[in-house]
Amino acid sequence: MAKSFAYETYPYRRSSDQDASTPVHHPVVVVGGGLVGLAFAVDMALHGVPVVVVDDNNQVSTGSRSICVAKRSLEIFDRLGIGDRCVEKGITWNKGKVLRGDHLLYAFDLQPEPGHKRPAFINLQQYYVESYLVDRFNELGVGEARWLNKVTSVAQHDDHVALTIETPDGPYDITCDWLIAADGVKSAVRHALDLPFVGETFNDHFLITDVVMQSDMPTERRFWFDPSFHGGGSALLHKQPDSVWRIDLQLGPDADREEEMKEENILPRLHAMLGQDAKFTIDWGSLYTFQCRRLEKFRHDRVLFVGDAAHTVSPFGARGGNGGIQDIDNLAWKLVAVLNGSAPDSLVESYDAERIPAADENIMNSTRATDFMAPKNATMALFREAVLDLAEHHPFARAFVNSGRLSVPDIYENSPLSTACDADASDGLPPGSPAMDAPITVEGRDTWLLDHFGGHFCLLDMNQDGAAHEDPGMHVFKIGRDFQDTHGMAEQRYGSGIYLMRPDQHVAARFASFDADAIRTAQRHALGGT
Amino acid sequence: MAGLKTTPNLNRTDDVYQALIDAQEVLSPADAERFRARLILLLANQVGDDEAVQEAIASAAEGLENADGS
Repeated sequence: MAKSFAYETYPYRRSSDQDASTPVHHPVVVVGGGLVGLAFAVDMALHGVPVVVVDDNNQVSTGSRSICVAKRSLEIFDRLGIGDRCVEKGITWNKGKVLRGDHLLYAFDLQPEPGHKRPAFINLQQYYVESYLVDRFNELGVGEARWLNKVTSVAQHDDHVALTIETPDGPYDITCDWLIAADGVKSAVRHALDLPFVGETFNDHFLITDVVMQSDMPTERRFWFDPSFHGGGSALLHKQPDSVWRIDLQLGPDADREEEMKEENILPRLHAMLGQDAKFTIDWGSLYTFQCRRLEKFRHDRVLFVGDAAHTVSPFGARGGNGGIQDIDNLAWKLVAVLNGSAPDSLVESYDAERIPAADENIMNSTRATDFMAPKNATMALFREAVLDLAEHHPFARAFVNSGRLSVPDIYENSPLSTACDADASDGLPPGSPAMDAPITVEGRDTWLLDHFGGHFCLLDMNQDGAAHEDPGMHVFKIGRDFQDTHGMAEQRYGSGIYLMRPDQHVAARFASFDADAIRTAQRHALGGT
Repeated sequence: MAGLKTTPNLNRTDDVYQALIDAQEVLSPADAERFRARLILLLANQVGDDEAVQEAIASAAEGLENADGS
């Protein structure tokens, strides 16, 4: 448990399901009330679908864990209603330094591209984000979270899933139409269904420690290759809110877990790094080996896997938490459409078609970063040294330095839900892309484009023709009429034409001009119809 | 696709060849290896064409067996 965070204990409450003579049925049960499971529950609640979240614990994340929240996640959090809280509490940073030994190789400044509501990323401890999601879920009052409810068995049947849940009052059974497995890298649901989790495990151990330290060090990411204070490994220092600093130390393949986690062994390593006189307290620590693995499929009949339960990566690149948030962004609206009968069951299949390639991209990037930091063979080591040799004086070589490629949203390039584009493809966003933000004005008030769609299908009409169209049966947001592109950035990013936007703010289709039939067909297609 | 140039593209071929040899002859085998890795990165960037570099990698690997005999 992080000492700097005031944990709230969520109460165990006996459910009437526990007194029922036959198992009570629910449309959707989520196993795991962590970052991804809670985000999913909030998304479903926003659609008015009550879900039951069961979690074997009664508190948010024990450690800071996934600290880097990427822009796309913040945009999704805006839709879920916690974006402001995250950004107010989080630390926005752009600057970083890469060092080799004790020598500065280069400094960088990831100047954010202007014209987006949210920064490229913020640092914020996972327990904050989870606590905001719990608050939001309670505030919405749709669905319930059952703390200290541990799933002990899962059985798939033709038309439902049956669960046994252990509680302080003993076990009870429930059934559901859909089971969402958001129970992390050690997923009990995955084990219960005996599904193989295939991929690569890396040998090197990494010691991850948070320290509370009053320091005037700048808010920047510092990454060392082979620093003298920590011979033979890499080191990372990154700032979080509450004067908490994240420190990652690569310990190599032979680290002794029990020994390394003793405070008497951690302290000398930290003092070597931060200075013998540095005043700090250890807030939280963990020793990891990294894995890059995934399930072959994320949908198994009525069980859907999200986040780390479906796929896991190393932390370099911030692709674990952010990847999981994109999973639920993709899945929630689809499940809602299936549950309310507006889409066939097959829509859920597209979750695999869209999120498996995304997981593979995250795994590829994460594997490359981990291989660069902990070379597995002589060739990898040789080229890494060559890159670092050149990086100090040759800016081109810095592009090869890989201490994590930051999570960017996936474009669903070959999505079965997309309709080929008949508009000018030389500009704008192709089908499958996530929407891009832009500063706009609505009724004379400054606002952001992304705050005006999401949650439902809608049309973004970028044609400055003032034409009136027949009602397409969905919200239309038209340039020049409903909003003013005051800075010209919407046009710069979208070009012209009419965009059909999905509820998850991805482009379903783009048309040169308004055609109600074509729009209806594209929407049907985006809902899994043919 | 610009593609990999496979016809002569340098003026003083012999001088370039000699410079490659001279630079490595004075080095230990380990440093010579390091030198070649650096040189590959510098030249790949100079080529400035991802496809041409990928073709060059494939071309350089031609006729060489995998270490496991495959």
